[in-house]
Amino acid sequence: MANYLPDGLPSPAPMNDNLDVPYWEGTQAHKLVIQKCSSCNKHQWGPEWICNHCNSFDLGWTEVEQKGRIYSYERVWHPVHPALKDQGAYVVVLVELPGADNVRMVGNLLADPEADVPIGAEVEAVFEDHPGDELSYTLVQWKLV
Amino acid sequence: MSERSIRGKVAVAGVGETTYYKRGQSPDAEFLLGLKAIVAACDDAGISPKEIDGFCSFADDRNDPSRLSAALGIKELNLSSMQWGGGGGGAAGVLQNGAAAIAAGYADVVVCYRALAQGQFGRYGQGPQVPYIQGERAFTSPYGLMSPAQMFAMKVVRFMHEHGIKQEALRALSMASYHHAQNNPRAVMNGKPLTEEKYDNSRWIVEPFHLFDCCMENDGAAAILLVSAERAKDLKQKPAYILGAAHGSGYRAAAPVHNSGDYPSSNFSTVAPHLYRQAQITPEDIDVAQIYENFTGGVLMTMIEHGLCKPEEANEFFQLDNLIAQGGKLPLNTSGGNLAECYMHGLGLQIEAIRQLRGQSTNQVKDAKIALAAAGPMVSPVSTIIYGTEDTL
Repeated sequence: MANYLPDGLPSPAPMNDNLDVPYWEGTQAHKLVIQKCSSCNKHQWGPEWICNHCNSFDLGWTEVEQKGRIYSYERVWHPVHPALKDQGAYVVVLVELPGADNVRMVGNLLADPEADVPIGAEVEAVFEDHPGDELSYTLVQWKLV
Repeated sequence: MSERSIRGKVAVAGVGETTYYKRGQSPDAEFLLGLKAIVAACDDAGISPKEIDGFCSFADDRNDPSRLSAALGIKELNLSSMQWGGGGGGAAGVLQNGAAAIAAGYADVVVCYRALAQGQFGRYGQGPQVPYIQGERAFTSPYGLMSPAQMFAMKVVRFMHEHGIKQEALRALSMASYHHAQNNPRAVMNGKPLTEEKYDNSRWIVEPFHLFDCCMENDGAAAILLVSAERAKDLKQKPAYILGAAHGSGYRAAAPVHNSGDYPSSNFSTVAPHLYRQAQITPEDIDVAQIYENFTGGVLMTMIEHGLCKPEEANEFFQLDNLIAQGGKLPLNTSGGNLAECYMHGLGLQIEAIRQLRGQSTNQVKDAKIALAAAGPMVSPVSTIIYGTEDTL
């Protein structure tokens, strides 16, 4: 499968403080792994050192269902990076995960970029592998169910 | 709640601006632009620059108070303050900080300033051109979400979806700024009017923002001089008093990867009540509004969250005729604002609010006594000031 966007965009690298390493390791194994508080059981995304709900420092990581719902989206036309110069329109979606306290994730919608995007529609994760010599990573994309 | 309030304690003594340039076209260095604006604000007030004893800025301004003090020969530096937050969310907060310092007795003559020369230092509307990216942006940039327009369009799409707001509402906001710029010789877009057709035919940047929904990027500098209300009475200009000032944001507004509590928001819903409480007025009392346009969608949400329009009335309210100084219900961005006058990170909008109360606007609203000027929708923190004439004290 071709990647949704062309090569040349900045590659995501784990933080120097290792806060988000379990997420990136999870995506490479094609699993969706996010933070879950061991004290109050609330999910949390993006990653932080403390639970925003109960302020426990005892945060764990958990695999969550690879299903979501389109909460918002945007269709981008103007390229703001040289790698996107010949791309044309593309769609970025904000997906909420009903199985994980409705935390939200950003990804691309794997569909015709000029088609209507239905807010509220069910989507499922698609893992887009980016093997590399120095850094390999996997992006989480979404397709309509 | 205590009765503590800034209301009526501090006034604007002077305003100063350099020529406003398109991005990268300033012949002056950024620091020189800042100096020129500060000296102009002092001239406007009739106060010597040597009397300044406090400097406040925002948006990570590079021109630090100690160098400015040395350059200007300031005898005593009593206040140096930086409002947190990138973008223009601090364009009113910077004045709030300065006013608080005057009210507390920390300083007597405080200048609030912003200088920008993007030719000298890099620009805003581009993605990062680096091989690797870490932190929150690692969860957005690889998907092509990397510029301010792209960060905020996602909120505006959801807001318009929830309230059934049409594209024409954004168009009216853009056209109001361009309309006013045609009467303002300082405006970069003076002489470049915008029509409905021109807006509709302009290219998309990111839906729902056409080109004309996005602020410019400019070089220049602006400065506002604050003094105590007592001192302001004997100066050259008619004082504009601060009636209320507030900055902040709501529940987890900056939560990473678009996880804020109140997501489709300009982030003013918790800020505005503090503002009105201090000012002891209601939204109906506002004669003229200057609302920071990073993008028109942010203006829309800002006005709704300040109670200037109900969301269900937005399509009806956001029409050009309602927004112009020449007879509109609520004149908006009467200098041309960030879209069409200059993007000085919103400080120009504060200056225009002050001009309206002095009777010096190029799109003067008749008998304007209370002006609201809001800064930086959708970032965190955001900020707003309500100014009033002496009659409102």
